[in-house]
Amino acid sequence: MVLTPEEIYLRLERILPTVQKPGRYTGGELNQVVKDWQSTPTHLALLFPDIYDIGMSNLGLAVLYDQVNQRPDALAERAYLPWIDMEAAMRQADIPLYSLETRHSLAEFDILGISLPYETLYTNALNALHLAGIPLFAAERHNSHPLVIAGGHTTFNPEPMHAFIDAFVIGEGEEVIHEIIHAHQVWKQSQLPRTELLRSLSKIWGVYVPTLYEPHYLPDGTIERIEPLDDNAPRPVLKRIVPVLPPAPTRFIVPYIDTVHNRVPVEIMRGCTRGCRFCHAGMINRPVRQRGVEEVVNAIEAALQHTGYEEIGLLSLSSSDYTHIVELVKAVGQRFAGKHLAVSLPSLRIETFSIELMDALRDSRRGGFTLAPEAASERMRAIINKPVSTEQLLETARQVYSRGWTTLKLYFMIGHPSETIEDVQAIADLCKAVLAEGRKVIGRRARLNPGVSTFIPKPHTPFQWVSCDTIEQIQAKQALLKRELRDRDIKLTWTNPQETMLEAWLSRGDRRMAQVIYRAWQKGAKLDAWQEHFNYPAWQEAFAEAGLDPAFYTHRSRPIDEVFPWEHISTGVHRKYLTEDYLMSLSGETRIDCRQQCYACGILPTFTDMRRQHPGEVWQCPEVKTQKVTVIQE
Amino acid sequence: MRIRITFSKTEAMRYTGHLDLHRTWERTFRRAALPLAYSQGFHPQPRLNLACALPLGFTSHCEVLDAWLEIDLPLAEIEAQLSPALPPGLVLQSMAQVDNHAPALQTQVQSADYTVSLLDTPADLQSRLDTLLSSTNILRERRGKSYDLRPLIEHLEYALAASDAPPCLLTRLAAREGATGRPEELLAALGIPFENTRIHRTRLYGIE
Repeated sequence: MVLTPEEIYLRLERILPTVQKPGRYTGGELNQVVKDWQSTPTHLALLFPDIYDIGMSNLGLAVLYDQVNQRPDALAERAYLPWIDMEAAMRQADIPLYSLETRHSLAEFDILGISLPYETLYTNALNALHLAGIPLFAAERHNSHPLVIAGGHTTFNPEPMHAFIDAFVIGEGEEVIHEIIHAHQVWKQSQLPRTELLRSLSKIWGVYVPTLYEPHYLPDGTIERIEPLDDNAPRPVLKRIVPVLPPAPTRFIVPYIDTVHNRVPVEIMRGCTRGCRFCHAGMINRPVRQRGVEEVVNAIEAALQHTGYEEIGLLSLSSSDYTHIVELVKAVGQRFAGKHLAVSLPSLRIETFSIELMDALRDSRRGGFTLAPEAASERMRAIINKPVSTEQLLETARQVYSRGWTTLKLYFMIGHPSETIEDVQAIADLCKAVLAEGRKVIGRRARLNPGVSTFIPKPHTPFQWVSCDTIEQIQAKQALLKRELRDRDIKLTWTNPQETMLEAWLSRGDRRMAQVIYRAWQKGAKLDAWQEHFNYPAWQEAFAEAGLDPAFYTHRSRPIDEVFPWEHISTGVHRKYLTEDYLMSLSGETRIDCRQQCYACGILPTFTDMRRQHPGEVWQCPEVKTQKVTVIQE
Repeated sequence: MRIRITFSKTEAMRYTGHLDLHRTWERTFRRAALPLAYSQGFHPQPRLNLACALPLGFTSHCEVLDAWLEIDLPLAEIEAQLSPALPPGLVLQSMAQVDNHAPALQTQVQSADYTVSLLDTPADLQSRLDTLLSSTNILRERRGKSYDLRPLIEHLEYALAASDAPPCLLTRLAAREGATGRPEELLAALGIPFENTRIHRTRLYGIE
């Protein structure tokens, strides 16, 4: 029997004093929205499958919470995974995973929306379903169970999670969530079987219902074709976008305990025109759409009034590329002068102009200054399409150190396609050269924190054909860096190669991976993103039991015509463009910023009508001038 | 100007720790558009001062905060701005202006009253209390250091609740700097699990 909110409350009373950070589990914060359960027709739970401290900082869920709670006929409540100690206590006391607002078991909601921004949350999602008493497999759910949907960046390859999720949202959620709620309301009235709900959801632009498709495999394990099982199932499933970014949320919930990004997030721009070839976000978030300066500043003002936060984050994939960045920084500086407001402006380009921007945001010199060259040799930067000259980087570093920052963070990636040990040596050499510049300016106070992650060839990118480095290759490269960068003023960080492998398998996997995820979870895999809980042996055993070879997913370069497991999902960027860009990378050709020149990635023909209806600089794509344009089919 | 606020920390903020409470007050002033004074230097901090840390899980209706504002405002105006900006879990009790040079709150507090509601009452509670109170010393260990809890217990009695509310212990414990009696230590000495109680601070002694 499902426990009532009152029963859950009484049981929590006894266990909360015994766990770490009980403030994660109480809700009740400023700006949370509590609606009347009985009189509100549709109940939606928004789950971030990691702990509160992480999940509360997710802007995507905050946007959906705001969207849904503005409707009188629906409510949205939050849920997060408990930490290990609380999970044990909840299982011991038979407390199901519950919503923070009203403490209803998640099993009592109509819809459970799970955020899956990165792959290492997959086992957590299973664990959350289990804690909530909801059958893990979509096929085992009945009309009485919540509709389980998922969204976020990982769903552009939904296949590894296909067995657990009833329907995926591909792309942006602000509008589609309302259509899903509507479809659910209509279905609930009709009392038809669950399959009818799924069928009606599949008709919504941007919704993927995995049970309506079936992949056929070739003897070598690759995919022959993906067959739609329903005449109306879209093929491909085109991602959802909003033509114009809707008003930014401003009534953020203010946590009573510290969280990872404890601040007001304001998205100034969505998408990126740079076209770095490894970048998943840059490919799937096209076209680039911006908010106006006035809109951003007003949103900040309203959010500060509602929350009292002392820090704001101006979010985008590439702040320097926001058209009115100077104007914005100036306006923020003027409007909030003397208010002790820290402003973070992440993802700045490597140029001295970035320092002027940061300088203008006076109060924000809190942490270090971060730049992301991603590669150290000019050859490699051409391959990944992020051309920055070493001289430019050194000059920028010099300026950073001389203008009051003592710590410079540099992000690099190892394992890029065709990378040699010389390219890795170049990272070490560059780091030393940067620190030497710092020392020239401020002597031994100069610090350098290089963060070196490992490249994973992500779906829907020009590098989707590429093979990953093996664990041994990664270890050899990391060993070189650790050896070369032994210096008391350098703090090198790197990614555990086993975690990189897991992320690669999960992001590149097909439907057969679902069994691996399930078995790994049964063997105790959870909190995979937390180093101390990462359970590599569980994953290896799970692969063995499923009769699958992990190397098939990661250490194999694909023929150019291979059918990918995500072939039936469309980002609007044409495969032809990705192929062309991949081939260009092999010959070291770059394509700089598509704001200067359109490279015909496919977004414009895919969304021609939308662009025509929304002319001007809200999109960074060229205008569509003609009245009648034929839509080019992919 | 320096103002002294007496406030309640209620159920909604029961699990908010001392540092987070501090931050919650800063945000409350910011929402209220009251200009808090900030410290000088590279990392300016708001000038806020809490009298006596309330342990996680406790509620209270006698917490005291000193706050410095950059400008002088009538108290009524401050209250009118602050009240609507308060988050769930904070309730204003009273407010007063304090001399800028008055001693720091932490140095003034001498002792504190607590009401410990017992969700389960051990049958032999009275005899446990008697044993405890008749002891000349109660040696306990906290964070690797041993100390005597007995002199920190200034008062302890068992009170049967009037209606159907749970019975409770009333106690006054020392709360001086370097000599703090902790209710959870007292409960441990009585053999009562902390999670089977609800603890409410009712009064701080020593603040002028």
